[in-house]
Amino acid sequence: MIEGIRGSRKNSELTPAERVYLARLEERPKIYDFIESLFTDFFECKGDRAGKEDRSICGGIALFEGLPVTVLGHRKGRSLEENLACNFGMPGPEGYRKALRLMKEAEKFSRPVITFIDTPGAYPGIDAEKFGQSGAIAENLAFMSTMQVPVITFITGEGNSGGALAIAVANKVYMLENAVYSILSPEGFCSIMWKDAARVKEACSMMKCTAQELYDFGITDGILREHEGGAQNDIGAVCMEIRDVLRRELNRYSGMNGNDIAAERQKKYRNIDVRFIVQ
Amino acid sequence: MKNLLDERKTKFQALKDIRSRIIKGTMPVKKTYTPEMRIKDIADKGTFREFRFGFSTGDPLGFPDYKRKKEEIQKNTGVKEAVLSGTCCIDGHNAVIAVMDRRFLMGSMGIAVGEIITRTFEYADAHRQPCIIFTASGGARMQEGMFSLMQMAKTAAAAEKYKRNGGLYIVCLTNPTTGGVSASFASLGDITLAEPGALICFAGPRVIEQTIGQALPKGFQISEYLEEHGFVDRIVRRDEMRAVLSQLLKLHEVPKMKTSGKEYYRGRQ
Repeated sequence: MIEGIRGSRKNSELTPAERVYLARLEERPKIYDFIESLFTDFFECKGDRAGKEDRSICGGIALFEGLPVTVLGHRKGRSLEENLACNFGMPGPEGYRKALRLMKEAEKFSRPVITFIDTPGAYPGIDAEKFGQSGAIAENLAFMSTMQVPVITFITGEGNSGGALAIAVANKVYMLENAVYSILSPEGFCSIMWKDAARVKEACSMMKCTAQELYDFGITDGILREHEGGAQNDIGAVCMEIRDVLRRELNRYSGMNGNDIAAERQKKYRNIDVRFIVQ
Repeated sequence: MKNLLDERKTKFQALKDIRSRIIKGTMPVKKTYTPEMRIKDIADKGTFREFRFGFSTGDPLGFPDYKRKKEEIQKNTGVKEAVLSGTCCIDGHNAVIAVMDRRFLMGSMGIAVGEIITRTFEYADAHRQPCIIFTASGGARMQEGMFSLMQMAKTAAAAEKYKRNGGLYIVCLTNPTTGGVSASFASLGDITLAEPGALICFAGPRVIEQTIGQALPKGFQISEYLEEHGFVDRIVRRDEMRAVLSQLLKLHEVPKMKTSGKEYYRGRQ
């Protein structure tokens, strides 16, 4: 039944559960599509400098219309083999430490940071816990809050839990129309709230994880239109949308000083829930 | 010497009385170590002043049953939210203290908890006092959805700002400290203590077992395991907590001094 939504249904008619399905499609544009069409001279930087390279996070330096930027994002594959190599886009602490290293370098060289979010969440495994998953995520959140260069985030697929947020504390967060961004995967949510995995659809609507809902909440700053039936039908068009946003935002930040950029971000997260706090 | 012995004798007798009353069923058993009890054990007598921020938070997602559930807990336990915070003196040292309460929806962090923790850091920063936080939380509060996730960014930013301004942040991880709380302010302490036998993790044991399909090693994700792997400075029992905190505050109570032209400030003025 859900297969039918590929191409035949209008985006505006999709239910949250259908959007979750679309956001997870293997054909959906991935970080390497964005890097290829938006940037030039991409140089990938690997490793956390503490003994490991985590392929579920892809990062490096590139030029965006001549401007050096640092690009970071989750890497998912298009086949089982590719997905096994990048752990289905679920980073461990070494992935977040690599991201932190690249962000520190970005700050040193005054490069804006552009991140692409597409992850089921941080990896729940023995090694990930043993090597400090929570600490690695926390360090990223703390460092990103103080960065003096602009950070712009695009939620392109699914963005779940702290695993997504760890590279998404940004000045501006944009979301593709059919992307989802939530506190936990709908499956995890079911298992925590009801201990019943069959209520996934219900969870999808209850969690309020679609682009429109989060935009209305003021958690994200904009929605980028996708081709009807999903971004996989026209990857070029989505990249054009992202390019326009990036051009506009980077232009706006080019005249700002670092303290103001950091202050803007801090203010954004300090006041993100302010309308629900009644004095 | 005789006085001391007498004192111990009466104390022992009192304990014995309580025990017999519990066994007889005339006195309720206190199972949980509440934040009030903890503060009483740590702070100098009568010095704790609870912060009265006076805000309330709503139900952003309109989650079924959430409001009713919250009100029910508030009515039954008298607990307002999953964290209690205020100022106190510990062995004569001023400090700001926040203690999370697992009786309230498993200490989960929604807007209210995030806001109280953030304001606690801001108060400590403005008044230049050390900040001590006891964490106990199942993680982000599911019923508030993305707003709970955003609390991770908010509290981590507040902790970082406070620390960069020279504040001393001592965190003590108690059972359980997991998920969104362990992956934000709980992992950012200058000093990290833990209670013995506490579960401390990002992903819970059940989730990991389901993912990897095998049983976890014994003692995995327990305080002692974390200490062994380098994430905790020291495991501290409840009966020695006050002494350890007092020692730490003393160690950080550097008088104003000149270091390479910059004035550093920590702890009490």
